[in-house]
Amino acid sequence: MKSLWLTALADITESLRARWFMVYTAIFGGLVVLLFVFGLTESRIMGFLGLSRLLTVFIQLTMAILPVFVLITTVRSVAGDREAGVFEYLLSLPITLSAWFWGKIIGRFTVIFLPVFLAMAGAAAWATLKDIPVPWDDFFYYTGLLLALAWCFLGIGMLISTVARSADVAQGAVFIIWLTLVLFLDLILLGIMIKEHLPPESAVAIALANPLQVFRIAAMMMFDPQLVMLGPAAYIILDTFGEPGFMTYAIAYPLALGTVAATGGYFLFRRGDLP
Amino acid sequence: MIQFQQVVKRFRRNTVLTGIDLDIHPGERIALVGSNGAGKTTLIRCLLGEYVCDGKVFVDGLEPRSHRSEVLARVGFVPQLPPPLKMPVGQLIRFAASVCDSDPERMRGIARRLGLDPDTFRRQPFVKLSGGQKQKLLISIALGRDADILVLDEPAANLDPEARHVFFKILAEKKDHAVMLISSHRLDEVASLVNRVVEMDRGRVVLDDRVADTVDMDSVLEVRLTTARPEEAFTRTITEWGFLDAGDGKIWEGRVAGPDRLRFLGMLSRYAGLINGINMEEEGEGADARVTRLA
Repeated sequence: MKSLWLTALADITESLRARWFMVYTAIFGGLVVLLFVFGLTESRIMGFLGLSRLLTVFIQLTMAILPVFVLITTVRSVAGDREAGVFEYLLSLPITLSAWFWGKIIGRFTVIFLPVFLAMAGAAAWATLKDIPVPWDDFFYYTGLLLALAWCFLGIGMLISTVARSADVAQGAVFIIWLTLVLFLDLILLGIMIKEHLPPESAVAIALANPLQVFRIAAMMMFDPQLVMLGPAAYIILDTFGEPGFMTYAIAYPLALGTVAATGGYFLFRRGDLP
Repeated sequence: MIQFQQVVKRFRRNTVLTGIDLDIHPGERIALVGSNGAGKTTLIRCLLGEYVCDGKVFVDGLEPRSHRSEVLARVGFVPQLPPPLKMPVGQLIRFAASVCDSDPERMRGIARRLGLDPDTFRRQPFVKLSGGQKQKLLISIALGRDADILVLDEPAANLDPEARHVFFKILAEKKDHAVMLISSHRLDEVASLVNRVVEMDRGRVVLDDRVADTVDMDSVLEVRLTTARPEEAFTRTITEWGFLDAGDGKIWEGRVAGPDRLRFLGMLSRYAGLINGINMEEEGEGADARVTRLA
């Protein structure tokens, strides 16, 4: 257990000194500052006002930035460390492979989740100071969504880092995965599939297997509970899950997907060559 | 103590180790030599349990892969290329000491003996140290714990002559109760440190020989050289060995660590036409008989 926390701490220290972490933190911190500067909390559009508008915009932007950032930085640093000889040295120390792998995941999760969360928490704290109403239910649910999304893509990133033998291959693979998920965000593509006689239930199932789409719908549901903006697909989703059911699914599914991917990565890591 | 039984390692269609059989016993100090691609690093990685291989590797009956913690707790490893770790020196020492159940002060003590003050570099990222400083720190971590198997991959390549001498002294302190596996491209770099030479070529052991174990590992030679004339290239090289000019660039005096004598003479051979005389005398008690004079 000691090795697990030591590995996590070592990974956090390594990340805090990495350039990607500075860029990553600056992006999310900068986003919140910019949203405040542009007066997003003071304007009313489509019924949003106060911090709920800022959070809605923040969460949409996060969906665009966080997954690709987590994927690329995870594979670059994990597969890159292996190529550079970091694994060869650190794994010559008496650390169990489980402590090493899961310690690395814990450390990495901390450094990818905390900047996003702290940016949001900072916005809430600032709003409280300025007497801007804070929608705490939305705040906590968005926190859960971000946590699930970060975990999901971290798990996928760790799996790819284990399978790919070089940082370049790993980077290419995660980029293709991300592009595929973004492509299937497109309701037009799903519309074409339905037009080509794919049953609507299948099209919705494809959409709901996509963690990005799940995140998007759940974020949408916070201000549009009937999912009017989603069109006819909303009927299938609400009939199948109901509103609370889908909100639970939106957190549980990415968490499960990330856990399965990370566990698969761990077993492959344990079975193969380490450096 | 360490057994390699028919160890085969393949990377896709490329076979890097082709059935290695090797028994290593306590007290043996082995030079693992061979050219690039001979399989030295792969063999070391199999011993460290980092590679999955066919055949068997045992350390006192335990397989390194399935008994990582037990086996690696006994292994001190110095890699050929220092890893680009960003963690600060202080944290690296604490991390290594903690996972190895060792006292970080022991590692710091060895670093000080090698001429590196770890307190000065406590907050500095490991990757920002110079090549020699990194090597000293990795050696300190490997030797500052209760390891009875030392796996050293070109360990002294980046060390200055004084640090090399201290390093050889520390190895001498451990030589009776530790197995040493010292990998190098060149035998002359490590010949005086070892009592057995294993040469590898294209994944096979092509030579396995005992060598005379007469060089005292912590001995020091007082050396005086005379040259026919001052020469810039020689001055540069001999100064790197810590020698001082004792007369117009033609007389040089300095000290050479005992195990470094072959490497030193190899260096001198490049200037054979320039050198008029060499006098080497071993320092300390019982060294009277071991005097080498060439003139």
